[in-house]
Amino acid sequence: MTATSSPTVPRADASWVTVCRFAALAPERGIAAIVGTRQAALFLLPGGDVHAVDNRDPFSGANVMARGITGTRGDRPTVTSPMYKQVFDLASGVCLDDPATTLAVFPVRLRDGWVELGPPTVPPPDRDDGPGHGHRRDDGPGDDPRGESRGPVDRGGGT
Amino acid sequence: MNPATPGPDRRLVVVGGGMVAHRLVEALLQRLDDRLAGAAGAPRDAPGWRVTVLAEEPRAPYDRVALTSYFSGRDPEELTLGDPGMWRRPGVRLHRGHRVTGLDRDARTVTTERGLVVGYDALVLATGSAPFVPPVAGSETRGCFVYRTVDDVAALRSHVDELRAGAHEPRDGRDGRPRRPEVTGVVVGGGLLGLEAAGALTAMGVRTHVVEFAPRLMPLQVDDGGGEALRRLVTGLGVRVHVGTAVSRVLGHRRGPRTGSVAAVALADGGRLDADVVVFAAGVRPRDELARAAGLPVGERGGVVVDETCRTEDPAVHAVGEVACLGGRTYGLVAPGYAMAEVVADRLLNGSATFPGADLSTKLKLLGVDVASFGDAFAAGEGALSVVYADPVAGVYKKLVLSDDARTLRGGILVGDASDYPSLRALLDRPLDGEAAAWLLPAAGESARGSTGALPDDAAVCSCNGVSAGEIRAAVRGEGGEPATDLPEVKARTRAGTSCGSCLPLVKKLMTAELEATGATVSRALCEHFDLSRAQLFDVVRVTGIRSFGELVARHGRGRGCDICKPVVASILASLGTGHVLDGEQAALQDTNDHVLANLQRDGSYSVVPRIPGGEITPAGLIAIGEIAREFDLYTKITGGQRIDLFGARIEQLPAIWSRLVAAGFESGHAYGKAVRTVKSCVGSTWCRFGVQDSVALAVALELRYRGLRAPHKIKLGVSGCARECAEARVKDVGVIATETGWNLYVGGNGGFSPRHAVLLAEDLDTATLVRTVDRFLGYYVRTADRLQRTAAWLEEIEGGLGHVRAVVLEDSLGICADLDAAMAAHVDGYTDEWRATLEDPEKLRRFASFANAPATADPDLVYVTERGQRRPATVDERRDGRASTASPPPSSDARDDAVLVTFPPAQGVSR
Repeated sequence: MTATSSPTVPRADASWVTVCRFAALAPERGIAAIVGTRQAALFLLPGGDVHAVDNRDPFSGANVMARGITGTRGDRPTVTSPMYKQVFDLASGVCLDDPATTLAVFPVRLRDGWVELGPPTVPPPDRDDGPGHGHRRDDGPGDDPRGESRGPVDRGGGT
Repeated sequence: MNPATPGPDRRLVVVGGGMVAHRLVEALLQRLDDRLAGAAGAPRDAPGWRVTVLAEEPRAPYDRVALTSYFSGRDPEELTLGDPGMWRRPGVRLHRGHRVTGLDRDARTVTTERGLVVGYDALVLATGSAPFVPPVAGSETRGCFVYRTVDDVAALRSHVDELRAGAHEPRDGRDGRPRRPEVTGVVVGGGLLGLEAAGALTAMGVRTHVVEFAPRLMPLQVDDGGGEALRRLVTGLGVRVHVGTAVSRVLGHRRGPRTGSVAAVALADGGRLDADVVVFAAGVRPRDELARAAGLPVGERGGVVVDETCRTEDPAVHAVGEVACLGGRTYGLVAPGYAMAEVVADRLLNGSATFPGADLSTKLKLLGVDVASFGDAFAAGEGALSVVYADPVAGVYKKLVLSDDARTLRGGILVGDASDYPSLRALLDRPLDGEAAAWLLPAAGESARGSTGALPDDAAVCSCNGVSAGEIRAAVRGEGGEPATDLPEVKARTRAGTSCGSCLPLVKKLMTAELEATGATVSRALCEHFDLSRAQLFDVVRVTGIRSFGELVARHGRGRGCDICKPVVASILASLGTGHVLDGEQAALQDTNDHVLANLQRDGSYSVVPRIPGGEITPAGLIAIGEIAREFDLYTKITGGQRIDLFGARIEQLPAIWSRLVAAGFESGHAYGKAVRTVKSCVGSTWCRFGVQDSVALAVALELRYRGLRAPHKIKLGVSGCARECAEARVKDVGVIATETGWNLYVGGNGGFSPRHAVLLAEDLDTATLVRTVDRFLGYYVRTADRLQRTAAWLEEIEGGLGHVRAVVLEDSLGICADLDAAMAAHVDGYTDEWRATLEDPEKLRRFASFANAPATADPDLVYVTERGQRRPATVDERRDGRASTASPPPSSDARDDAVLVTFPPAQGVSR
């Protein structure tokens, strides 16, 4: 999918949406952002990695993933849904407590101190399917025109 | 009767409603249920039974063994045995207050004093015993009691209260504490029952004498060495012990207001003891009068003669428990009675069980003194060897009786320290693992004592309920059901430890060992990031002074934490008074509720609960809340904690709502935190006709004192202004109930999934002592409880239970009270309203942005419908049908121009 609004600063690539300043992110805490008709949950991890996943909790249907607690399970960075406490892998979006359920992952990049999100890995959810119907994981980089940009961001310059 | 005849249900009548009667009915119904369920080995062709129990006492069967605990806090109802629902099952009837006075064996009927005639096909006599009152002149004097039933104990208690209140003297004023004259009691009998009674009197603050005819205390259970150790221990606790003599006469007052009441007792050795109350606890006699009158044979020293199937000469009549004379003797302990009940239940269903022999093991803990006696305690067996350890200074006497080759355990006596009793009793008549001395030496270490792994499956662990080590292991493994993984579950499944409770430490050890063997997680480790329990982590933080999660996980854990350990650490830091819960790094540790100081609801909106201390609110306050709710279109509901919950607040609205609430004089109610929530109160003596104390004032004071206190779980309190208990204080973690002269303090109650009644911690406290005791109780709980463990579970789990906690908070047994007091003082002094502080700090307000690129924009997916005049979240169907309305216009996602996050005060109001 692509963003419906155009960023205020012209971009070479219209599929990337500028959401906020990197400095607005709080370490180990999420914040939601509007990306067209969808919402993303952004997380700044120790070391500076930024992850973005769908803000909609597939188990409750509420837009609350950004309010979850981050952490690790083994070596994987995670976020826990604040609603019913399922744990998701921030890098892949896979729910570690129910691997059939996956959050869409937004590619993240930094430019001039701004955080930009690319098109997410899975299609937008059907808004009417209600809670309890998670998105099946769509493996492979097919949805992402820039497969190399998935996952944690390289901080780049200018933060 | 012929129980072998199948057909319609037969009529079983049980005379007596004590512990053994209860066990009989329970065991019979269990077998019938097993049969219905087609369980293997369940009797199939046996008759069904309709059961009628005729109980003399006006209450359902209760735990007589725990009677003394009635004094130390438990309510009579809490002594009730088993599931009270059993008596409401079809085919089961319990008639309370029906003493059976007639038995017609030809007609097969019994008749009660109140004229009820009940026919039977099978009759079981379970009439128990009556206290034996020695033929002493004056034993009918007012102030003389026996010690057998709840009513006996209640009468004794109210008599002592009356004496103490100085019923014949003018009452002191409302504010002055009444004078408490010293009350002196004499217990006749120094055996098990006598010491129980002495413990009860002492718990009531009565100066207590014990008079025992034998040359030592507990002559039937312990030898001279044990008796001497016991005497020293009991004397050290303030009980005067007189052995080798007897009470020869009870003397009454001859003049004055107490004429006719007990004044003193005369002793056989010529001595005299002043006394206000006398308790006869010198043994019991079987209640065999019904059988005697019906011509059934009775034993030489009483008791209905039965064979090893518990049947009397009349095949339709059985006798069980203390009234049964089996093999020429009667048994005054509950375990043999239970064994008899099981035999009869089996026989009623055509089984072939016989009485397996009696376990006469005894363990008593009163006045904090442990006494245990088991097996061949007096080394009467041929070639028996005794190994004795005695430490008169520490007040410990231990003796093990071994077989002639010193390898097999035959019995023992433990006085002063009976912690090894459950393990030793289970090893009875088995080879002792290792040196006998290892079991006797203090603190020889668990390893020297053999592990529970050595305990064979058929070793009896709970003698009250006949539960073996194997049954406990099977329950833990989940044989025949879900695995039982904690102590309450194991107790419920096996009934182990549900009577006297003395085996619970061993049950717990067995459970832990079995869980470890099955690979289940029993470690107290918080999560994958910390091997420490919450309590251990608390101590680490307290002692090391580490104040950041990063440092704590780096030094004492691994990884970067998770939704389990992060909030725990945040709570510990908050309990230790390290500033605002949203300061610096601490904010990132908080669950969303603590992070935005509100309660997340199912659609992602929040609810808001301002504090209303004690449930007392002015009309102006009510109006202010109402106006704010109307302005923001919040759904309002009154909570069980006597305050008002405001639902449907969006994250970005929270600061605006709270700025209005703070301006109206409200502060955070901490409904979002694992913290002290509310102190519920009734209206108390200021308005209520029945109130005896000002419960509202105390509730307000307590709520203001403990507000904001972070804990392992939520904490609720309640204060009732009289014994009618309108504040439901006994379902709170801390419940306070007014008495004429002060406050009774109850702890460990909760509602919810497993409701518990709070138990009495201390009585008749003045307000200052009450507050200090609650301070310490809460402080100790906060320090030592596990994550998400409420006070009830904590009291059950903590080593030593309520007695230990009472010793810690009332007697400072751990020497930590000064520390606990200081910690609470620091909490009270350091309290600030979290919401006011948040509103004053632009950095904290940044957290309330709805979107990074649209900080004041409502989530467009929040949609509502109106119901009963208020809005609620739309259902999936309502959303699809378009019946719902969104909370705001569609958002803009333009980032660069509004990258400044929320400003205060932010835009208010709803935009529907």
